[in-house]
Amino acid sequence: MSKKQKMSGAEAFVECLHKEHVEVIFGIPGGALLPIYDELYDSDIRHILVRHEQAAAHAADGYARATGRVGVCMATSGPGATNLVTGLANAYMDSVPIVAFTGQVPTSMIGNDAFQEANITGITLPITKHNYLVKDARTLPDIIKEALYIASTGRPGPVLVDLPKDVQTEEIEFEYPKNIKLRGYKPTSKGHPLQIKRAAKAIMEAERPIIYAGGGVVISGAHAELLALAETLMAPVTTTLLGIGTFPSVHPLSLGMVGMHGTKYANYAMTESDLIIAIGARFDDRVTGRLDGFAPNAKVIHIDIDPAEISKNVAAHIPIVGDAKNILKELIKELKRKPKSKWSEKIEKWKKEFPLEYDRKSKEIKPQYVVEQIYDLCPDAIIATEVGQNQMWAAQYFKFTKPRTFITSGGLGTMGYGFPAAIGAKVGCPDKTVIDIAGDGSFLMNSQELATAVINDIPVKVAILNNKFLGMVRQWQELFYDRRYSATRLDTSPDFPKLAEAYGALGIEVTKPGDVRSAIKEALASDKPVVIDFQITPEENVFPMVPAGAAINEIIDYGEKI
Amino acid sequence: MKHTLSLLVENKPGVLARVSGLFSRRGFNIDSLAVGITENPEISRMTIVVEGDDRILEQVIKQLNKLVDVIKVSDIKPESSIDRELALVKVEAGPKERPEIMQIADIFRARIIDVGTRTLVIEITGDVSKINAMTDLLRRFGIKEMVRTGKVSMLRGAKAVKEE
Repeated sequence: MSKKQKMSGAEAFVECLHKEHVEVIFGIPGGALLPIYDELYDSDIRHILVRHEQAAAHAADGYARATGRVGVCMATSGPGATNLVTGLANAYMDSVPIVAFTGQVPTSMIGNDAFQEANITGITLPITKHNYLVKDARTLPDIIKEALYIASTGRPGPVLVDLPKDVQTEEIEFEYPKNIKLRGYKPTSKGHPLQIKRAAKAIMEAERPIIYAGGGVVISGAHAELLALAETLMAPVTTTLLGIGTFPSVHPLSLGMVGMHGTKYANYAMTESDLIIAIGARFDDRVTGRLDGFAPNAKVIHIDIDPAEISKNVAAHIPIVGDAKNILKELIKELKRKPKSKWSEKIEKWKKEFPLEYDRKSKEIKPQYVVEQIYDLCPDAIIATEVGQNQMWAAQYFKFTKPRTFITSGGLGTMGYGFPAAIGAKVGCPDKTVIDIAGDGSFLMNSQELATAVINDIPVKVAILNNKFLGMVRQWQELFYDRRYSATRLDTSPDFPKLAEAYGALGIEVTKPGDVRSAIKEALASDKPVVIDFQITPEENVFPMVPAGAAINEIIDYGEKI
Repeated sequence: MKHTLSLLVENKPGVLARVSGLFSRRGFNIDSLAVGITENPEISRMTIVVEGDDRILEQVIKQLNKLVDVIKVSDIKPESSIDRELALVKVEAGPKERPEIMQIADIFRARIIDVGTRTLVIEITGDVSKINAMTDLLRRFGIKEMVRTGKVSMLRGAKAVKEE
């Protein structure tokens, strides 16, 4: 007995978001979105006005990663919509559930090169999980329900819904759909019982197993099962960049991150293992290094919800398609407790022999030291990062213990991601401290969002590890291009503390190691957004490092020659 | 190796672009593609013939399966399927050549569907090799124009490529 109500497409839009419990939208209005923004004016859905649409997408992404809920962003037609593209590609690569709504010119003008027209569904075809152009307002409720469902289920990802202006004003008989009918979309969540049995047998037979956990463990919420699996088998756990936080990095079985800037011991253990238990990880090139040198003696159990990831880069001997949490629960039932082994001893020896190192006695500020002090003063913070050296130092030196506390752009490697993502994370988790560990290059790519943070009272903290370089590129130029620093010097950056002050945020400059802790304390004590400018050693490098084209056990440490 | 893929897809705008995009992104050239509605008007069938590395094609098939508008993908094996293609061939045909061309058409059980003063249009239906064989024979007369539909395939016997 449902009552149909007459309302406009724009009203229906807001009503649908209510029904889906959307509490916040990050966006910027424009001509093609006027009807919807007029409805939002009276709505209790919080709208956060950002200052560039790219930041709307990243903020929705940061919100989604921190909370596990769908992030929603909105932009007008044409340039507004195209500004979302980087954010959508970023969310697509890292499987983040966001829904982007874009304005579009009226249906009668589509394809006419109208003012502020862009074929955004065409443009975003390869970087969204799915997208829609709504041509009839009567289909809008179904489409919105589907969009949120598709974004958040199976392997999550971004969905875009393009809303022509006349669809927003058209009057419809509104009824919110109860069910979703999608013939071509049925993600598998339960693992095949026979495959689970085969996996259990291989695990019990293995002598040198390693667990390799990725972002899928975060998405599935399988961290407790991961811990139980590791402790049952006394097996070491290494994570991908996106898997950080799924396994406590202070746990004796933790090997930290694997791959290009992973720990030496994680890379050695992966290489010498006889069984890799991959969970929600996709054997990305930054993890595997040269493929023919990757874990040459290992069998591979690959647990992933996306069948297309199975045997894409590394052949899986025992694939299990489904949700990681479901599968691990079933798998653990099939296993027996294993004691510590020679393999455990070998790994413990490696861990003692090859710890993460940097020059702790330096008179300059070392970025690793800054990250360690942030951890020491605020271990429960949500850490967002930009991309490059700052990101790797954060991944290596902050001791993450919980999922959804490390917000970073993995697959796409988007500079400028961290600050707006931190804003999104803070909106989703207002009671948590959110810190963006940034570089001087990345921060400037979305620094205009200081206005968003200040005006909306979103007190995120930005710790710029300022080396006056595009640091990661400079590092490669130093190591592989004979120190020819082509276009990587950033010594003409603005005065960051003054920039922060100009927006009404707090700015702090730190030039001496002795002032690092007091600056962090001051930032944490402030109820404003804060930018701390740490003037670090300009030519500090990220180590360990696997050079391009090398196998992951050919890893070079601090002070070693390439 | 050549593969024939049979896809069931939603009969909606934009689906073809989604499907073809996955092939072009991996550098596959689509040899032929035929689309039409099925017994259910909400669903279309695409028959796609592609040539490419088996391992990469397997990836493409998995990616196709991930598309929300794709309902089913089958890699149809030639030994268990029947396939047909239709071609229209416009051949240069003066009064002297005409009898020989008509004879060739007859042998291939093709039909003459248009006669001009200097041309004939032949309609031929068959599997791809039959059409190739006839066009090879006609080439020396001069083929002015040719239109081919692309292959359509169906499984032999009672089995069907259907929505589950």
